[in-house]
Amino acid sequence: MSQIGKVSFATVWLSGCSGCHMSFLDQDERLIDLAEKINLVYSPLMDVKDFPDNVDVTIVEGAVGNEEQLNLLKKIRERTKILIAIGDCAVTGNVTALRNTLEKGSEEILQRAYIELADVNPLIPNDVPKLLRRACPLNEVVKVDYFIPGCPPSADLINYVLTEILAGRVPNMEGKAKYG
Amino acid sequence: MSGVGTVKLKINGVEVTAYEGETILDAAKRAGIRIPTLCYLEGLSSYGSCRLCIVEIKGSPRLFPACTTPVSNGMEVITDSERLRKYRKMTIELLLSEKPHVCAVCVANGNCELQDLAREFGVDHLRVEREWTRQKIDLTHDFLVIDNNRCILCTRCVRVCDEIEGVHVLDIKARGKDSQIIIDMDDDWGSSKSCTSCRKCARVCPVGAIYVRDKPISETKDKNIAQFIISRRRR
Repeated sequence: MSQIGKVSFATVWLSGCSGCHMSFLDQDERLIDLAEKINLVYSPLMDVKDFPDNVDVTIVEGAVGNEEQLNLLKKIRERTKILIAIGDCAVTGNVTALRNTLEKGSEEILQRAYIELADVNPLIPNDVPKLLRRACPLNEVVKVDYFIPGCPPSADLINYVLTEILAGRVPNMEGKAKYG
Repeated sequence: MSGVGTVKLKINGVEVTAYEGETILDAAKRAGIRIPTLCYLEGLSSYGSCRLCIVEIKGSPRLFPACTTPVSNGMEVITDSERLRKYRKMTIELLLSEKPHVCAVCVANGNCELQDLAREFGVDHLRVEREWTRQKIDLTHDFLVIDNNRCILCTRCVRVCDEIEGVHVLDIKARGKDSQIIIDMDDDWGSSKSCTSCRKCARVCPVGAIYVRDKPISETKDKNIAQFIISRRRR
């Protein structure tokens, strides 16, 4: 299949559960039509180390939870024409951001996960990316062009939004945007 | 409907006859015109807190809540316009951002009037930063739960408790974003001697703030309860 004239397309997974990627794959046979129009250049489903330059469309799942994700998202924004937040975590923070309601935030969950619940060697690791004090939705960090809410968003909604955007139209979310 | 005690007005260009003193919302409803509402509940007094039912009235730059504004002769009302949709959408966004409404983990997911309105108006994200409040969740009652972190302060529960059940257990404390629904004099629900455990508060809550523990919310919610009881009492 020739890659010329296709839209370069990336999918990214930050602090989320992968459910939105699963819902993306649930487009089933419509993925074949989509594959005719896009050239996948970066995704958790691929072995590409660095986020490439000049990407046309990127869909991002998950909230911004740690410093690595924060830097990656800023890089994505610089290198992407159209950035789409997919799923409630990317759109509102959702379950990922529930830790924001804790008094000590990230400290409290690290303590719980790595010390209180540890069977052996209770230790908070220092070689993983540092958690941000608050997990936040994408649009609190970078400009986001389109939003697909849902936990996860239905495959139909994802397909509708992508189809509209790839055809150069603006999707109308009235009656369609459902949180949760 | 004619003679003394009626007025004529136009709603969306359609001539409507209404009773003197009734609200724009009631007149529109009888004429088959839907105005979106949230804090309003048929059978209870109008409170006018949510601002979803705002309408335009010709000759005034202001917007008026349809649930508390009485009709008058010659009034020309517009219930749907670009401007109204813009403000209604913004209102829903502000309601969603005031508390950590996380539909994915809420008992009311799929049975929530706020969630439905967000969908209707295409609220696909929030333009303002969300408050991650840490208000008290009262689990002391045998089966009723109140989670103020999901409350939109519509006061339906306060009104149904006062006006229909007649006990006024629930009320509001504090002001602005610190406002909270309280039980008696801000006591634990479990220790309340005035609460009759009638569950009407849970039945009318439009979101997942008051609910019956261990029961599917689709079975415990009932928007028609206040109107039903009132109509039986009038017989």
